Amino acid sequence: MLEVHRVSKSFNGFLAVAEVSLTVAAGQIAAVIGPNGAGKSTLFNLITGHLRPNDGRVLIDGRDITGLAPHRICAMGIGRSFQRTNIFPRLTVFENVQAALLAHQGRGPNFWSRSQALCRGEGEELLASIGLADQAHDVAGTLSYGNQKQLELGIALASDPQVLLLDEPTAGMSASETHEAIALLGRIARERGLTLLFTEHDMAVVFSIAEKIAVMHQGRIIADGSPASVRADSEVRRVYLGR
Amino acid sequence: MMSRIGSLCVRLPWMFFAFLAMLSIPWFGSRYDVFLGTQIAIDSLFAVSLNLLVGTTGLVSFGHVAYFGIGAYVCGILMKTYGAPFIVALLAAAMGAAACAAVFGYFCVRLTRIYFAMLTLAFSQIVWAICFKWDDVTGGDQGLPDVPYPDLHWMSAIPAIGELRIDDRFYLVAVVVVALSLAVMRRIIGSPFGRMLTAIRENRERAAFIGVNVRAYELAAFVVAGTFAGIAGALFGIFNRGVFADYVYWPKSAEVMIMVILGGIQYFWGPVAGAATLVLLNQEITSYTEYWPLVLGVILVVLLYAFPGGIVGGIAGLARLVGLNGSRVRA
Repeated sequence: MLEVHRVSKSFNGFLAVAEVSLTVAAGQIAAVIGPNGAGKSTLFNLITGHLRPNDGRVLIDGRDITGLAPHRICAMGIGRSFQRTNIFPRLTVFENVQAALLAHQGRGPNFWSRSQALCRGEGEELLASIGLADQAHDVAGTLSYGNQKQLELGIALASDPQVLLLDEPTAGMSASETHEAIALLGRIARERGLTLLFTEHDMAVVFSIAEKIAVMHQGRIIADGSPASVRADSEVRRVYLGR
Repeated sequence: MMSRIGSLCVRLPWMFFAFLAMLSIPWFGSRYDVFLGTQIAIDSLFAVSLNLLVGTTGLVSFGHVAYFGIGAYVCGILMKTYGAPFIVALLAAAMGAAACAAVFGYFCVRLTRIYFAMLTLAFSQIVWAICFKWDDVTGGDQGLPDVPYPDLHWMSAIPAIGELRIDDRFYLVAVVVVALSLAVMRRIIGSPFGRMLTAIRENRERAAFIGVNVRAYELAAFVVAGTFAGIAGALFGIFNRGVFADYVYWPKSAEVMIMVILGGIQYFWGPVAGAATLVLLNQEITSYTEYWPLVLGVILVVLLYAFPGGIVGGIAGLARLVGLNGSRVRA
């Protein structure tokens, strides 16, 4: 489904991502782990077009998307959430997902219909599935941090992606919020048959949900495989798990 | 009971009443009132068109006067030099401003924030320089005096309007053109296209990743704003009986920006309130003292401190205090 092939990116001579290759099969839940500065977010930005790789290719469903603009890549079925919460703070919760639905349906160029009435049913359904139906008319920026993360997931889902990239979906959450967020993610991924690729610091989260784990260290992938095999890898233990 | 009266108050078509009140000025007001009314109407359109960029899309343009000026020159030249009918000249002004906005905007939206603002200013100064020097077409520093009023003889046949002077008649035309333009812009802001613009204002990065081609939408907003600025400029040239290079000079960009901020960028009607306030203050203070820019500056500072959300923001805050939800019309 998602193929990253020997992708590299350097910033002013610093090699942030070095010849990284990674394959995620359709419907698979995969995690990229690694210490801060390992290049995880850069790798995500290379996949979603926010950065252009110096070298290598990114393929989705066999189609080359390397270096396309983010809005084009989004249209090809990749959704993402960001490390820092990334919503439309002064729009209401409903308007947040509605904007994403309208954009996804290509109705953005319509400058005459009244947007208020559009995508009502779909938007409400989507909000219900992420558990924000009651907050639909709140201003998004006033939500709790955990709810804003949920909303961000909702915005990403509105584009009906096949592949969802989540950059630290539980960063900054309390233990109980983390637990709920992961349960929600797992449920939605199964329901929609999503291919999921996420980064995460919380090892409990990673090992509870991921079917495949890639470990990054200093811009390279040093191990890649099932949770059991990664856990057993001696180099991973040395540089990352610290055991 | 209070809340029913309150919700009725909010639901009444206030803007339609305001429109009718504006239309009635030639019969109930003085010639001076008509003069002020024309100026407020035209400045309102200009300011609302700028707010489509500033308040709706989050693009701060310091060169919006370019499209106002191009509209004024296109309309003025067509009507004076070629004797074109008003409606043709007006549409040509709108299209000329739109075309220039499309060309300049193509470059401007490639930059963001202060760099965007500076480039808009640079383009407006280029337009000014051309208007100031191109003697054969624009009249150069002499400008283009004696732009004729539109032919409004057909109005003579209409009862009650028939006895009005030409400047009163033109005022009615201006108010109708402005009202229609505002209605169209209001509709655009409430449309899916408008929602994409607010999404860009709120978060460009996220907007791109819901599939919005941010630059293309910014350019479209730039062209729409330029078009309506052009219409305002066309009306202004006729109203002033001439088009001069001053209309394209940067202080006018600053003036319209003051109107927008003073009125409140978060509200559709904010710039209208700002335009009315600035025009009236200007006229009042000028008649008292020659140091009016100083007095005006002080008043503006006080107003901006008292109402950080602009005049309409302040009114909406007061309305919320007494339990009304009157702030629904957002930019």
